[in-house]
Amino acid sequence: MSFYGLVDGGDASLKSYLNNLSGVDQVGAEARAAMLATRSIKTSSKRWAIDTAITMVDLTTLEGADTPGKVKALCTKAVRPDPTDSTVPSVGAVCVYNDMVSVARTHLDLIGGQHVPVAAVSTAFPSGRASMVVKIQDTQDAIDAGAAEIDMVIDRGAFLAGRYIDVFNEIVQIRQVCGDKAHLKVIFETGELVTYDNVRKASFLAMAAGADFIKTSTGKVAPAATAPVVLVMLEAVRDFYEMTNARIGVKPAGGIRNTKDAIKQLVLVNETVGPDWLNPKLFRIGASALLNDLLMQRMKMDEGYYSSPQYVTMD
Amino acid sequence: MSFEYAPAPESRALVSIKPKYGHFIGGKFVAGGKHFPTINPATEEVLSQIALAGKAEVDAAVKAARKAYTTTWSKMSGKERGKYLYRIARIMQERAREFAVLETLDNGKPIRESRDTDIPLAAAHFFYHAGWADKLEYAGLGTSPKPLGVAGQIIPWNFPLLMLAWKVAPALATGNTVVLKPAESTPLTALLFAEVCQQAELPAGVVNILTGDGSTGALIVNHPGIDKIAFTGSTEVGKIIARAVASTNKSVTLELGGKAANIVFDDAPIDETVEGIINGIFFNQGHVCCAGSRLLLQENVAEEVLHKLKNRMEKIRVGDPMDKNTDVGAINSKEQLVKITELAAAGDAEGAERWSPPCNLPAKGFWFAPTIFTGVTQAHRIAREEIFGPVLSVLTFRTPQEGIEKANNTPFGLSAGIWSEKGSRTLWASQQLRAGVIWANTFNKFDPTSPFGGYKESGWGREGGRHGLSAYLKGVSHE
Repeated sequence: MSFYGLVDGGDASLKSYLNNLSGVDQVGAEARAAMLATRSIKTSSKRWAIDTAITMVDLTTLEGADTPGKVKALCTKAVRPDPTDSTVPSVGAVCVYNDMVSVARTHLDLIGGQHVPVAAVSTAFPSGRASMVVKIQDTQDAIDAGAAEIDMVIDRGAFLAGRYIDVFNEIVQIRQVCGDKAHLKVIFETGELVTYDNVRKASFLAMAAGADFIKTSTGKVAPAATAPVVLVMLEAVRDFYEMTNARIGVKPAGGIRNTKDAIKQLVLVNETVGPDWLNPKLFRIGASALLNDLLMQRMKMDEGYYSSPQYVTMD
Repeated sequence: MSFEYAPAPESRALVSIKPKYGHFIGGKFVAGGKHFPTINPATEEVLSQIALAGKAEVDAAVKAARKAYTTTWSKMSGKERGKYLYRIARIMQERAREFAVLETLDNGKPIRESRDTDIPLAAAHFFYHAGWADKLEYAGLGTSPKPLGVAGQIIPWNFPLLMLAWKVAPALATGNTVVLKPAESTPLTALLFAEVCQQAELPAGVVNILTGDGSTGALIVNHPGIDKIAFTGSTEVGKIIARAVASTNKSVTLELGGKAANIVFDDAPIDETVEGIINGIFFNQGHVCCAGSRLLLQENVAEEVLHKLKNRMEKIRVGDPMDKNTDVGAINSKEQLVKITELAAAGDAEGAERWSPPCNLPAKGFWFAPTIFTGVTQAHRIAREEIFGPVLSVLTFRTPQEGIEKANNTPFGLSAGIWSEKGSRTLWASQQLRAGVIWANTFNKFDPTSPFGGYKESGWGREGGRHGLSAYLKGVSHE
């Protein structure tokens, strides 16, 4: 593999590549994110943003209590988020645990949702604490069951211990398992990496190793997709594109529960990496409750008043 | 597919602007004689007619201030004075949106800035100084510090209400009374502040506000009944004031011009540095005395920083100041626009390379696109003279020492910025820089607790913090 000509796959070149990255000033990054959060998105631009955000939702259920019934309901919602309004677009993907992939794929195909991909969380999600053999098999199972997108977690322990090459090699191996069958999203769990310097490092590491997407969080650890974290990742993606001409996607996940937060994410994309990234091929939002708030805001814009939550389907 | 932000205008229904204003003397609004218009620089719409104070009005205001000083304010305990200041601060917060809208209409600055920066900071200055009023004996400024008397205060148009707060709050906290003149082009928030003084039931004559032009300012400066002059404005006028008071007993503080260096070392956090450069020069359309108007880039990162800076500048939203999404608003006056245009032309003529992002400037009003000049050297006029507009001069240096030398090679010394991830370098550089305010990995951050003021031709004395109090007290050195 060429790794975009940035590293040679060895420890020394990876270290020097990561150490050459410019630092992130915490205060400055947070101030920029806070400033962008003041953008006032109204009327036609709000309407556009809501529909765009719906197409970007990775509609997610990741519970021990997930059943085939729950997953099928989620799939139905994913294809037609509002059964009373056919102008509402389908979401970006359905995101489930590994063993639910075939249930989701089969049901989506059955109800005319062939265009909605299934994303599987993989590599011993959410902790990543398993052997490489297990992680590879985990990923292979998901692909065999019909997953078109793999959301893998990195080994945060290795990252924090400075064993970047181990993290890198894991991503490279999972990338190989995915081949051309599945898109690879790499989850950092930024709530455990803590510093923006680490987020920037992890971003460049994952992109060089072959990630198609970089993703903030599992949703199991707080804080998750905070605005400054997403800002730092978008800046990394923008810089990486300038270096390599490769467009890498970004997926914030966890904590984005309402329309206002989702629109703030779109503003971050728009003013950091630019409008090219404002589509589900390059930006996704991992969420469950968000979709219904988007639908309610959409109804409000059409009808001029807020509906009762009973007018949107619970799943 | 594109994400165009629909207009999101702030409502102006909140403010009622009178067709004509008088002066605020002795706690009452007094009709003026001659009037001149104040306009909205974004539309050239005439907002109101403003009174021009002459000798009679200045005499009356000084007399009212003297009377209030002798009979009420200097005798009142610090604790009681503090109560009035707290009350003013709270009313300013309550009426913050009104102040913000009025400031934006009269000044041309974006509503986001007046709402999020100017007005909250102005209120913060009153809160901060309210806390000092009953603690002056413990401020390390002598055991029984005494006020100076009547202060004549002349403020600029770039931060109208905030500069008023910088002047009025410390003067009142220390027991002085004031005669204040807002700038000719931006008097409206000062006149609203006069209403706030009435609402707070501030004793008559403690604050007097006279509107007018330079001639009114000269009358205040030369008035024998005034004990102290506090001025913020150009170095040119500051020198005239210094000469005028040289043979008198008046105390003086001057906050004057600047040509601040924003120094970027090769270990800077680049993305946040770019934000800091933008904030340093395009905040408030560059109408900032401490603006980071000279960007000094270490040569080995110059190309990368410039590339990112230009990309970032393409995202700046220039236009209607009342739109909540506007980043850069209108130039404050036609006169200022002419000055900026003239200095930028000098940059072209002297061979610097001009660049601006594409932007559609409104047809009406006074506008200047955010601009950078590269290839600037110390010998260019645009590296020496204060432009006071959204124009950045970019210079480079090879070693940290050379960067510091270039930064200091100016008659000004108001502020400077240092961008580095290395603490030892930041501390070293800040010790070498001859500037009153030095920001590290940030720029244009203001706080009432922090003294502000310049070296060299950037001024005399400090405003804000404990140091700022001393400028309004007898027998305390002005550091």
